[in-house]
Amino acid sequence: MPVFDLFLLEALINGIFLGGVLALLSLGLNLIFGVIDVVWICYAELIMFGMYGMYFLYTVYHVPIVLAAAVCIIGVGLLGVLLHALVIAPLLGAAPINQLLATGGVLFFLQSAATVLFGVEFKNLGLRLPVLKVAGMFISYSRLLAFAAALIGMVLVYLFLTRTYTGAAIRAIAQDRQIMPLMGVNARRIYLITSALGGALAGLAACLLVLQYDVHPFVGLSFGPITFLICVLGSLGNFGGGFLAAFVFAEIISVGGLYLDLEWGYVFAFAFFIVMMFVRPEGLMAKRS
Amino acid sequence: MLELKSVRAGYGSFQALFDVSLEVRQGEAVSVIGPNGAGKTTLMRVISGLIRPTAGSIAMEGVDLVATPSYRIVEIGIAHVPESRRLFPRMTVEDNLRMGGFTPAARPKFQERLAVVYELFPRLRERRRQLAGSMSGGEQQMCAIGRALMSEPRLLLLDEPSAGLAPVIVEQVFDLVKRLRAGGLTVLIVEQNVQQVLRVVDRAYLLKAGSIRAAGTAADLLASDTIRQAYLGV
Amino acid sequence: MTRYLPWIGGAILVALPFVYRSPYPLHILIVILIWSFAYTSWSVMGRFGLVSLGHGGFMGVGAYVTALLWNYQGMSPWLGIPLALLAGGLLAVLVAYPCFRFRITGHYFALVTLALSGIVLQVITATRDYTGGSLGYTPERHQGGSSLWALQFGEKTTWYLIALAVWAAGLYVWYRVERSMLRLALEAISEDEDAAAATGVHVTAEKLKITVLSAAMTALAGALYCQYQMFISPDTVSGISVSLQMVFAVVVGGIYVSLGPTVGAVITILLAEVLRISFGTRAVGWDNLVYGILLVLFIVFLPKGILGSLLDWHRRSRWTSS
Repeated sequence: MPVFDLFLLEALINGIFLGGVLALLSLGLNLIFGVIDVVWICYAELIMFGMYGMYFLYTVYHVPIVLAAAVCIIGVGLLGVLLHALVIAPLLGAAPINQLLATGGVLFFLQSAATVLFGVEFKNLGLRLPVLKVAGMFISYSRLLAFAAALIGMVLVYLFLTRTYTGAAIRAIAQDRQIMPLMGVNARRIYLITSALGGALAGLAACLLVLQYDVHPFVGLSFGPITFLICVLGSLGNFGGGFLAAFVFAEIISVGGLYLDLEWGYVFAFAFFIVMMFVRPEGLMAKRS
Repeated sequence: MLELKSVRAGYGSFQALFDVSLEVRQGEAVSVIGPNGAGKTTLMRVISGLIRPTAGSIAMEGVDLVATPSYRIVEIGIAHVPESRRLFPRMTVEDNLRMGGFTPAARPKFQERLAVVYELFPRLRERRRQLAGSMSGGEQQMCAIGRALMSEPRLLLLDEPSAGLAPVIVEQVFDLVKRLRAGGLTVLIVEQNVQQVLRVVDRAYLLKAGSIRAAGTAADLLASDTIRQAYLGV
Repeated sequence: MTRYLPWIGGAILVALPFVYRSPYPLHILIVILIWSFAYTSWSVMGRFGLVSLGHGGFMGVGAYVTALLWNYQGMSPWLGIPLALLAGGLLAVLVAYPCFRFRITGHYFALVTLALSGIVLQVITATRDYTGGSLGYTPERHQGGSSLWALQFGEKTTWYLIALAVWAAGLYVWYRVERSMLRLALEAISEDEDAAAATGVHVTAEKLKITVLSAAMTALAGALYCQYQMFISPDTVSGISVSLQMVFAVVVGGIYVSLGPTVGAVITILLAEVLRISFGTRAVGWDNLVYGILLVLFIVFLPKGILGSLLDWHRRSRWTSS
C-alpha cells in the first residue's frame, strides 16, 4: 500500500513540474490573445523550432548550454516579431477567422519546413541530467530545473508588466485599444513588443522542453492542443485562469499517465475539459472574456 | 493657439463635420455646444488625432496636426479627456495616471505631476491602488482629467465632462475647470449642458449637424435666442 | 444554354470512365471526388462562420469505426458506415453542444475543435493494440477484393461512379441547405446571436443541426476513403494536418460557393501529385510547405478564395457594363 501511494505522490509532484511549463506556454498564448486579440495557432510550432535551435546549437555545434538558451530565446522572440509583422499585422482588421486560418497556414508551413530542413527523425539533446532520489521517489533534475526556470520566467514577465511603462502600455492596450494614441502610445510598436515577448516565452519553453523530450517536426502536436484547452478553460486572455488550469491539466495528464499509456492522459484531460464546460462554462476563474 | 480651418471629417461614407473653422487662443476657455449628434465628439477626435480629417487644416501653434502621427499629438501639448472617461478599468488609479504620463517628456516629471494631480484630487490619492473600473462616475471623471493632466498639457480637451454625472458632481467638475483656467491652462470643452458650461468659458461656438451655426462670447450666447432655437428647433 | 451546362457537365463526368480507362488518372479523380466531398461537408458549416479546425476528427472516426467493425465484428460496411456516421454525429454533439449552449464561439470554438482532432488522433494512437496506432490499419480483403457486401471493389470504374454519386449528393445537400430555413436561421445567428434568439430562433438547436450534418458527412468521407484505399493511418485521415488541409482547400476554392471546395480539392490534390512526381521521396513536406505559404497568401490577398473572387469579379464587371 505505501509503495502504491509513493508512485501516486511522485506522479503528483511531476504533475506540478509539468504544470509549471504548461503555465508558461499558456502565459505566452494568453499574452498574445489578451493584447492583440489573435490566437497563434502555430505557437507550439514556434516552440518546436526553438527546440531544434537548441539541438543544433548545443548538440551539433557544442555551444555552451546557457548561451544556446539565450540565443534560442532571442531567436524565437524574433520569429514572433516576424510572424506578427508579416502575417498578423496585415490581417488586424480582417475577420477573426481569417487571422486564425493565417496562423494555421503558418503552422503548416513551420511543420513542413522542419520536415524538409531537418527530416522526420527524432532528435535528442543528448544531455543526461541526474535523477534525484527524494524520499523514495524519483524526481528528474530536468523537470525540477524546468519548473524553476518557468517560475522565474513568469515572475520576470509579471514584473515587466507591472513595473515598467511598456508593460503598463501592454496591459492598457488590452483594455482599451482605441484611446492609446491619446497616451502617446504607438500601438504598432506595442504589438511588436508583445509579439517579441510571446515569442521569447515560447523560446524559453523550448529550452525547458528540449531537456526532457525529443524534438521532431510534429512534436508541437503533443502539447499544442493541450495548451489551447488550458487557455480556453482558464478563459482566453485571463492569466490567472490559465495558470490554474495549467496545473489542473498537468495533474490529470501526469496521474492519468501513471495508470495508463501517456496518450490516455491527454484523452482524460480533454474529457475533463468537456465536463468542465458543462459544470462551469465561464471557465475556471469565472471571468467572461 | 489652436486653429481649425474648413475641417471636414466623418466615418467612412458618413460625413460628420462640414467646413468647421474655429480657434482657441492661449489662456482662453472655449466651448463647443450643440445638440446630440451635432458632431461634437467627432470634432474632439479630429483634433486629438483619433480620426483624420478628409479636408481642411488643424494647427497647434503653427504645427500642422494633420501631418503628425496621432500618438505624437500629446507630445505637442494637447491632452484629450474622451467622452465617457475611457479609463483602463482593470488598472489602478495610479497606473491610469502613469499611462497619462507615458511620453518620454513626461516620464522624468512623473512624481512631480502626480503630486499636482493628487493635490487637485485628494480623493484620488486615497484610492490610488483601487481599480479604476470600480469607482463611481464622479471619481472616474476626476481620474480621467487627472490622467490627462499628467502630461502637463497646454491645451486640455474635455469631451462632455458632465455626461452621466449627478448634478452635485457636475458642479464640482465645472469648478475644477475654473481652477484649471486660473492656473493658466487653455481649455476647449464640448458640452451639451449649456447653462453650466457657458458660465465657465469665455467664448463658445454652436455646432449643429456638423456645421458652426453661431459663435460669440459666452454672455452673448446665453442671452440670445440662437441657442434655444438650435436645441429646441423653435 | 447555360441552364443545360450542369447537365452536360454531369453527363461528361458519368461517361468519362467508360471512355477513358487509364487507371492512374481515374485514381486521381476518385481521390479528388472523395476529398471534394469531405471539403464540401466542412463548408456546410464553415460558411456560416462555424469554423471547425477539427473535422479531421470526424473523418478519422468515420474511417476507423467502419474498418474496426469490419475486421473485428465482420460487420458489412453497409451497416458499419451508418454506425460510423452515428459515431461521428454523437461526437459532434458531445463537443458542440456544450460549446453552443454556453456560447463558446469564434476563437474558442475553433480551438476546441482543433483540440478535438488532436485528441482523436491520440486515441487512435493509444489504442494501438486494436488500431495499429501510427503504423496504420488495413481492412481485410474479402473475396479477393471485389465484393458488394464488403463494399470493396477492384474496378476503379465502380469506385469512380460511387465517388461521383457521393460527391453529387454532397452538392445536393449543400443546395438543400442553401434553400432551407436552416440557412436563414444560421445566417441570422452568425450576424447577431442575441438578435436571432430574440426573434425566436433556437440558436443552439440550429447550430447543432448543421454541425451534426457536417460531421456525419465528413465521417462518410472518411469511411469511403477507407474502403477505397484499403489502408488508413491516423495522420492521413485525422489530426490537425487533415483538419487544416480541409480549411485550406475550401478557402482557396471559395467558401461561399457550392463548387468552391471542389475547386480547392482539385488544386490541392493536383499540386500534391505534381510535387510528388517531380520531387519523388524528397517531396515529403514540400507540399505542405507550399500549402502553408499559399494559405497565408490567400488569406491576406484573396479571403474569398479563387472561385469566390472570380465570381465576385465577374459579377462586378457585369454591373459596370450594364
